Amino acid sequence: MNVSFFATCICDALSTEVAKQTVLLLEQLGCRVHFPVRQTCCGQPAINSGYASQSLAAIKVQIAALEENDFPLICPAGSCTAMIHGYPKLLQDEPAWQQRAQDLSDRTFELTQFLVHHLDTSQLNAKLEGIGVYHPSCSLSRKLGIKEEPIILLKQVGGLTLAPFPNQETCCGFGGTFSVKMAEISGAMVTEKAEHIQSVTPDFLIGADASCLMNIGGRLRREGSTIRVMHIAEVLMSR
Amino acid sequence: MSMKTSQQPFKERIKVKMQDDVMRASVANAQERMFGNRARAADALGNWDDWRDMGASIRDHVLENLDYYLVQLSDKVIENGGHVCFAKTADEATAYIEQVAKQKNARSVVKSKSMVTEEIGLNQVLERNGIKVVETDLGEYILQIDDHDAPSHIVAPAIHKNRRQVQQIFADKLGYQGSDEPEELTRFVREHIRQYFVQADIGITGCNFAIAESGSIALITNEGNARLSTALPKTHIAVMGMERLVPTFKELDVMVSLLCRSAVGLPLTGYVTVLTGPKEADQLDGPEEFHLVIVDNGRSDILASEFKSILRCIRCAACANTCPAYRHIGGQSYGSIYSGPIGAVLSPLLGGYEDFQDLPYACSLCTACNDVCPVKIPLADLLLKHREVMANAKLTPLKERLTVGAFQLINKHPYIWQQSIRLGAKAANKMINNGDMRFKPQAVEEWHETRDLPHTSHESFRDWFAKRQNNGGSHD
Repeated sequence: MNVSFFATCICDALSTEVAKQTVLLLEQLGCRVHFPVRQTCCGQPAINSGYASQSLAAIKVQIAALEENDFPLICPAGSCTAMIHGYPKLLQDEPAWQQRAQDLSDRTFELTQFLVHHLDTSQLNAKLEGIGVYHPSCSLSRKLGIKEEPIILLKQVGGLTLAPFPNQETCCGFGGTFSVKMAEISGAMVTEKAEHIQSVTPDFLIGADASCLMNIGGRLRREGSTIRVMHIAEVLMSR
Repeated sequence: MSMKTSQQPFKERIKVKMQDDVMRASVANAQERMFGNRARAADALGNWDDWRDMGASIRDHVLENLDYYLVQLSDKVIENGGHVCFAKTADEATAYIEQVAKQKNARSVVKSKSMVTEEIGLNQVLERNGIKVVETDLGEYILQIDDHDAPSHIVAPAIHKNRRQVQQIFADKLGYQGSDEPEELTRFVREHIRQYFVQADIGITGCNFAIAESGSIALITNEGNARLSTALPKTHIAVMGMERLVPTFKELDVMVSLLCRSAVGLPLTGYVTVLTGPKEADQLDGPEEFHLVIVDNGRSDILASEFKSILRCIRCAACANTCPAYRHIGGQSYGSIYSGPIGAVLSPLLGGYEDFQDLPYACSLCTACNDVCPVKIPLADLLLKHREVMANAKLTPLKERLTVGAFQLINKHPYIWQQSIRLGAKAANKMINNGDMRFKPQAVEEWHETRDLPHTSHESFRDWFAKRQNNGGSHD
C-alpha cells in the first residue's frame, strides 16, 4: 500500500528517531512510504495561541504540499493529526479551500489508528522485556478518541507488561506554547505527571505523541530517572 | 466582593499561590475525591452522555427563547404576589435590593450561597447601609469571617483551606475551643449562626433554576441553610442570572439530575427547595414578601456573541474539579470569583480583557473539562476563541505577534522551512549538551526551569529520508 508521511516538525528536527522508526515500521508492514518534501509545520503553535486567521496562508501552502499525492497520510502524533482534522473548520469561509482541506483531513490518520484499522499487524514480532506505562496524550485520547488502538498494539509486544499509574489520563502539561508561556503551571503539571509515573517504577514510558514525551522525558531526566522514554513506533520496532 | 478579587498581576499571583502547600494539597485532595464521586454517580445513572445531550439541548432551547421564558417567569411571579426587577447592570440590581432593604428598615440579612450576588458586589452595598450581612453557607461563612478571603471554587468556596486552618479561624474570630473534626466545627457554626436566622429581616438567596411555567425558584443545597434563609425572615429576595431558568418542572428534573451528580457526585443533594411566591393567607411560615431580581450584567452581550454556549452553564464546577491547571494554581489565582475553566471563559466576558486577559492562557487545551461538562460546553474551544479575539484585536504582546509573524513567514515558504528544519536539527544537536544549553532564548529558559532539553540527532529526519532514498533504501 502506498502511504504518505507527515513527519511533524518536532520529529523532523528534534525527535528524529520517532519519524525514522515510523517509516521503517510502515515499510515492514508492507507500505511504500512517500514523503512530500514541501510539507511544513501544521501551524499548531500559532493556531493554539489564537492566531488562526493569521495562519490561513500557511495552512493553504501546507494543504497544497500534501496534495502531492492522494495516499493515506500517516502522522506519528495525535496533536498534529487533530490539527489537520481542524483545517476544514478554519477554512469554512472559503468553500473551495474548505473542500481541499476536507479531502486531506479524510485521508489523514494517526499512526496507531492506521496500524490497527488499515494494516495487518499480526506479524509485528516486536519484543521489549520489562514493565511499561502508557501515557494517553490528550490529543490522541480526547480530541481524536483514539484510546484502545495503542493498547491493542502494545499488548502484541512480547515481554512487555503494561502497568496502570495514578491519574493516567491527566494532561502532562505540554500544551505547545503553554509550556513556555505558562511555564510555572506547565512545570507543576509535568512534575506531578513524572511523580505519578515513577510511583509504579516502570522500565519504559510509552506514548504516541513525541511532544508529550519530550516534555515528560525532560522532567524525568532532570530528576535523574532511568526510565526509558519511547514512542510507540520505537516500541513496535524493538526486537 | 465584586467579581475581581485581586489587584496583583496574574503571574505574581500564581507565584505566591503555588507556594501555598496547604492549598495545593487541599485542592488536589478535593479534586480527586470530587472527580471520583462524579464519575461514579454518572456511571450509576447510566447513559450519561445522553443525559448530557438532553441537558445541553434544554439549555440551548432556553437561550434561544429567553425573551419568551423571562416574560412568562416574570408574569407568573407577579401573579403569585411577588415582585420582579430586571436589572441591566450590577448597580441596578444592588440599588433595587438596597431600596427594598431601606423600605423594610432592615438591620440584618442572612444569605445562602449565591455567585451572582458576589458578582454584583451586593454585600458591600448592604454593609455600607449599616446592615449586618451573614453568609450562612459554611464555606462562605468561613471566608466571610476570615476577613473576606476570596472564594476559590464556585461550589466549595473554601476548598483551599484545610480543617486545621478552619479551626484556627473559628478560634481567632469566634472563640471556638473545640477540635478540628469537621462534625464538631460544623455543629459549632450551626449553633452560632442560628441567632442570625432568627433576627434577620431579609433572607437573600441565589437561584439555581427558575421555573417559568409556575414562577418558582429552585434552590439546591446540602446544608439546609437556604431553607432557613427563606422560611424565617419576612422578606425573601432571590437573585438570578438572567439565563438560569427552565421552562417546566420536567426540564428541572433533568437539570437537577445533572447538577447534583456533576457538582457533588450524588443523585440528589440534601435539600432541593422549590419556592413559589410569598406565603399565602392560610400558611404559617414563609416570607410575606418575595422579590426576584433578574440580573443581566453583560449576559445579553454574551448571548449575542460567539461565546453564547457558556450561558448553558449550571455552575456545577465539574470543569474545575477536573482541570489540571486549576489543580496546581488554585481558584484564587484566577483573580475572579469565577475560577477554573468556567471562570477563565466567563470572567473576561463579564469583566473585560483588561483585568482577565491572562486567564484564557492558563490552560493546556487538554479538553478534560469539555468531557465532564454536564451541558457539553466546549470550554477549551471557548478559551481558544478568547485567544483569537485578543490576537485579532492586537491585545497580545507585540513580541508575541512579531514571533508569530516570523513563524508564519517561514512556515508558508516550504523551501525556507526545509532549510530551517535542517539548520535547526544541526544547531540543536550542537548546542544541547546533557539536556542544557549555554545561551538560552527566553522560551528555552522557561522550559529548562523544570525540564531538560531533548537529546537530538545532527541530521533532520528529512535529510535521513532523502539520503536513504538516494541510496535506494526506500521504495520511493
